[in-house]
Amino acid sequence: MATAQCQHLLENMSVYLNGEASTELCAEIERHLSGCTDCHVVVDTLRKTIALYHELPQPELLPEARLRLYKSLDLSEFLNVK
Amino acid sequence: MNGASNMISEDSDRALVERIQRGDKSACAECIERHSPGVYRVALRLTGNEAEAEDVVQETFLSAFKAIDKFEGRSGLATWLYRIAHNAALMRLRRVKPDQVSVDDEAVFGEGLTVPTQMHDWCCLPERDFESSETRAELERAIQDLPEKLRAVFVLRELEGLSTEETAEALDISIDAVKVRLHRARLQLRERLSAYFTELAEA
Repeated sequence: MATAQCQHLLENMSVYLNGEASTELCAEIERHLSGCTDCHVVVDTLRKTIALYHELPQPELLPEARLRLYKSLDLSEFLNVK
Repeated sequence: MNGASNMISEDSDRALVERIQRGDKSACAECIERHSPGVYRVALRLTGNEAEAEDVVQETFLSAFKAIDKFEGRSGLATWLYRIAHNAALMRLRRVKPDQVSVDDEAVFGEGLTVPTQMHDWCCLPERDFESSETRAELERAIQDLPEKLRAVFVLRELEGLSTEETAEALDISIDAVKVRLHRARLQLRERLSAYFTELAEA
């Protein structure tokens, strides 16, 4: 992460991982990555970080909380209607 | 989400809003069935507390149904609800953790670009290390430790999958701010998780 090129890559890493980088920027980034181990690790672990969050199980409202929600909004009569 | 299903849900949301505006209580219940799972996830990730999140969900729907006549449909119903939920969560956070949200100083609150210091490649750890409950708890804790402004963008854009535009609308910030904050949040999380996984790899 020492050179100006590393800094440039760091700033554009999300754009690159989102697939939003222009063809020129992509080529420039990939050229740099092929010769810079540190940046390579950062890109790979950043990609993995994002993937882990996408795979994270979604928390769900507990049935008791749903019950309280309907009650608080005076909608208990609709509790069993899906 | 693909374009077609997004359009269908927007259409049926519009019909739902019209029924709520006419005072149809069954439409309120349908709105809750459709949108409370998302609102709850956002509330929980913003507050980091189940009881607070439950209160935020209640407040969100209460405020939304009261103000339904002001809903103009410029943004989607979900985006509008997220906006209300975010405001409700912020009010609570200000009460519980005033130091986290009251001062607007990027340097103090670490919203700047994190320069990577963790250079260990942990991608090839065994899959069970990524799926363990300890790791999942660490992933959730890491969200909680983000500065509030980065957390809000990360939760809506990355975890809920809102578009950049929808996230900007829900948080009342510019599209550029969404892009910058998402990138900063990701880098902070990478740094934090790198420390965690490096330790795990060496254990």
